[in-house]
Amino acid sequence: MTQYLILIYADEAAWAGATPDENAQLLKEHVEFGQRYESVIRGGNALQSAATATSIRPGPAGGSAVTDGPFAETKEALGGYYLIEAADLDEAVAVAKQVPTRFGGVEVRPVWDMS
Amino acid sequence: MTVHPAVAAAVADAHRREWAFVLAATVRVTRDLDLAEECVQDAYARALGTWGSTGIPGRPGAWLTTVARRRAVDLLRRDATARRVLPLLVTDPALAPGTGLADDGPGACALPGQASSAVASSAGSARPAGTAEAQIPDDRLRLVFTCCHPTLSDEAQVALALRLLCGLSTAEVARAFLVSEKTMAARITRAKKKIAAARIPYRVPPVAELPERVDAVLTVVHLLYSTGYAAPAGDELMRTDLAERSLDLARMLHGLLAGHHEVTGLLALILLTDARRDARVDGDGRLVLLSEQDRARWDTAKIAEGAALVREALGTGPPGRFTLMAAIAAVHDEAPSFADTDWAQIVGLYDVLMRRWPSPVVALNRAVAVGFADGPGAGLTDLDALAERPELAGYGYLSASRADFLRRLGRTDEARLAYQEALLLTENAAERAFLAARLDQLGP
Repeated sequence: MTQYLILIYADEAAWAGATPDENAQLLKEHVEFGQRYESVIRGGNALQSAATATSIRPGPAGGSAVTDGPFAETKEALGGYYLIEAADLDEAVAVAKQVPTRFGGVEVRPVWDMS
Repeated sequence: MTVHPAVAAAVADAHRREWAFVLAATVRVTRDLDLAEECVQDAYARALGTWGSTGIPGRPGAWLTTVARRRAVDLLRRDATARRVLPLLVTDPALAPGTGLADDGPGACALPGQASSAVASSAGSARPAGTAEAQIPDDRLRLVFTCCHPTLSDEAQVALALRLLCGLSTAEVARAFLVSEKTMAARITRAKKKIAAARIPYRVPPVAELPERVDAVLTVVHLLYSTGYAAPAGDELMRTDLAERSLDLARMLHGLLAGHHEVTGLLALILLTDARRDARVDGDGRLVLLSEQDRARWDTAKIAEGAALVREALGTGPPGRFTLMAAIAAVHDEAPSFADTDWAQIVGLYDVLMRRWPSPVVALNRAVAVGFADGPGAGLTDLDALAERPELAGYGYLSASRADFLRRLGRTDEARLAYQEALLLTENAAERAFLAARLDQLGP
């Protein structure tokens, strides 16, 4: 079995305009997804908006340069993730297709197996 | 080393016919594409040296497979750990662990239980039983579905198909797509890395997913054929090598997936289109339109074979897009002359195709057919309705078709503009020469 990280990307501007009902519905869908795939989900979280992000790169004169904002400015920002376990990419994609997404989509990445 | 011409020819023939079979059977042992390719290349090199003295084996594919697999087992024993840069390919539980030849037993030949009923393995069953080689399972479909996996980019899929299914070298694949060898090598390496690291499985998909996955495979072969048929750039109108390789692939799939009528449809489409190949260019490499082609130069054997396959595909249920495109090609191929073409039937087939596959390019082709069925005015009306489609912005054939209808309607100034626009939109030298000649004929 391999672990895959499902990264959830969403258009934060569109999301900010969602009604409380829409947000409640999305949350409900995530709870249902979590119950349905409980046996393969190894972790997952929702993230605060990209506006809360801090990025750190090597500084020009050694040390670190700390900047406000996400590492890459994109229309769709990383908003959450699930860590799942699957036999192969087909299985992982089948699970990822069921992740509730309203304002974007997901990316599936295999986790490097260091063992 | 001097190689007898008969041996060289036999090895070249086995390379063209058996590469995918030998590689697929070797991947089963190595579960690593690069190592398998290395062993298969080695087996072909040995064949050149050995067949001269031992004679050409009755079944070259089986001989090559045995040699390649033996080599793989040797290499795996010698450095079992050094080669573990990438993880092993994921296969069905029945095949793993796959490092030894333990899966040479008869039971291992079967496709996964779910899929075996839907997939006719004609090549496998054609092999005589009773020898060790007879038990080499036909894994070509696994290789096909791995190369044409929907999580790989289109360009990676077509490159892998040529490299792994047809056995072309990276340099040859690079030439086929007019990119540098370095670029193509990077593209292939990246795709192979994704197959291993993201664990794209080396298996035939379950029955429920087969229609969609077969369609993805057919799309790759069709894309390969289209690239060869109307090369997007370059000096020659067609690239015969690509057209022939895609015909080989379509034939192979037709043998392996006999029950899928769209596979039959695609083979028919390629045959019926390819039948006109020699008539599409004149002695100077200039493009000759369908209306002006010398029909005596069409390949009647390909037309007969393709037409029979279309009828077979049409007889087995609601036709898919490749079958419908093949049916349209068959109407053209069986018309005694351009004037005698049954345009009404062609428009009717495009109508069905539009319902099944509503793409802007199909709509464009339909509009062109309307122009011949009902006159250039009617065709132009339909073409102009498509001009707003963003997908067709920058599509040279739309401008070229408009130009032709405007020319036939005597609207010379507008035709001139449309030809100029079409010229800006193609890089293919033969197509450019044709458009420039038409523009010249319009006069100043």
